[in-house]
Amino acid sequence: MLAVSIAKRRGAFDLAVAFRAPTPGIIALFGRSGSGKTTVVEILAGLLEPDSGDLRLEDLVLFDTATGYSLPAERRRIGYVFQDARLFPHLSVRGNLRYGQKRAASAPHIISFDEVTELLGLAPLLARRPYTLSGGERQRVALGRALLSQPRLLLLDEPLASLDAARRAEVLPYLEALRDRLSIPMVYVSHQFEEVLRLADHVVLLEAGRVVAAGTIHEMSLRPELGAIVGADAVGAVLEGVISEADAARGLARLNFGGGTLLVAARHARVGARARVQLFASDLILATQPAQGLSVRNSLAGVVRGIREDENEAQLVSVDIGGASVLARVTRDALESLGLHPGSAVWVLVKAVSMRGHTF
Amino acid sequence: MSEFFGSAELDALRLSLEVATRSVLCSLPAAILVAWLLTRARFHGRVLFDAFVHLPLVLPPVAVGYVLLVLFGTRGPFGHWLYEHFAVELAFSTNGAALATAVMTFPLMVRAIRISLDNVDCGLEAAARTLGAGALDRFVSITLPLMLPGILAGAVMAFAAGLGEFGAVITFVANIPGRTRTLSLALYTAIQSPSGDALAVRLAIISFALGFAGLLIAEWLARRVRRWLGR
Repeated sequence: MLAVSIAKRRGAFDLAVAFRAPTPGIIALFGRSGSGKTTVVEILAGLLEPDSGDLRLEDLVLFDTATGYSLPAERRRIGYVFQDARLFPHLSVRGNLRYGQKRAASAPHIISFDEVTELLGLAPLLARRPYTLSGGERQRVALGRALLSQPRLLLLDEPLASLDAARRAEVLPYLEALRDRLSIPMVYVSHQFEEVLRLADHVVLLEAGRVVAAGTIHEMSLRPELGAIVGADAVGAVLEGVISEADAARGLARLNFGGGTLLVAARHARVGARARVQLFASDLILATQPAQGLSVRNSLAGVVRGIREDENEAQLVSVDIGGASVLARVTRDALESLGLHPGSAVWVLVKAVSMRGHTF
Repeated sequence: MSEFFGSAELDALRLSLEVATRSVLCSLPAAILVAWLLTRARFHGRVLFDAFVHLPLVLPPVAVGYVLLVLFGTRGPFGHWLYEHFAVELAFSTNGAALATAVMTFPLMVRAIRISLDNVDCGLEAAARTLGAGALDRFVSITLPLMLPGILAGAVMAFAAGLGEFGAVITFVANIPGRTRTLSLALYTAIQSPSGDALAVRLAIISFALGFAGLLIAEWLARRVRRWLGR
């Protein structure tokens, strides 16, 4: 458990943030730029002192105004991957990686030098100097350096923000590998919902220095507050499950999630792998009977839970499918002609190609 | 070389090199500390301290030499104390010449080091901190190596300038052959004597060559270190 409750005033910016999130797992701090994400992370690292509050990781107190205690940053063993990598220019890649490792000799061992170089594909880079590396390589080295300091918590402050789309795609799989193979809790700062979607287990939504919503990725994907930030078009449920069938020839996979199965367009799915898909609210079709004679591959039986209007006067219908919720965005006219209201039985139609899927 | 240059010139050259070396070695740690204080530390009277450090740049060197004589002369408060406790005599000695040179070149050195310290990204020190490095460890493992271009540049500049320090040296430690008669003092003496023209020319050539070499070495070192740091 990471328990954060802090207040910090920095000029005109006023931060007052409190949340609790389960560990291990990836906690995403998500919000627009200027919402205070980096400030929270700096406070967690101990690089910035809050005016008041307390910080706890499992049963370790990092900061507590009540007792006036603050564990110095250099003794927190909290790894920090900065947006701009911050590799030491006078050291080789190997020297950078060893820097934190040497200083963590007495810390409980989490990961070895060889494991890190293997996990992050750093072996060919070891003798290089930081200025000869590409942006993506730099971030991988920064990640490795932080991991080798044997951290009890890893902070990732928009590690992909300074990279172009191709470099981002190069680094993301490494982050996923980290999450799946290590049990180090991570705080991942991002203003890109796609990254949060791929990586996070728990999401803390920040806005102007306040937590506006927090919860699991599935809960959060249904929250209206998220739509205000990611845009109405990007709103939709995130479902997680296990791949039960994979048909590489037809590029299809079947995902078993809590409420049923979904046919998803996915070329590289592996049977037994955990996967996560996002169903965009505006792609979902509601019907009062199962689909017939349509190209739609998925029709899921559910019950309407609630209806609310979004800022564009579209109706967001939340439908319960065997315990999992999804959001469908329809017009008021459609809602009225189908006669839908909370408690109505509906079919949710989802095109296999409309989902954004991620296998891990 | 000794066929063209006589013992007087070689003595003066050797002495100049010795004085400049001692002055740089003694003042370098202090200059690094002062540069660090002026760049990174926040304390009351920083502006005054800054001005005080730079005083030798704007004061007449003779005035600096005189102040040193008053303070570090055999009867001066510091000079007396040093003599009583350590049997160190600064007035009229080579060490005294090194002290006068160090004081005069100190601002040059501090300025060069400060510029390089300004260029050291505090973010790297913060990164080192999150990797478990305490304050002294960070300074030694990150800040100091990254300041190296400025430290080298400052040392070479101070060395080259120290070879020719005149006013403060002659006022504080006088003009004693073999002890305090450095290149510029020897040159001055040669110019003063009716038959010293040839000697003066030779001394001037040595001074020019040394100064020029100093500047070239400083530039070369700076390039090497910049390349090493990947800038």
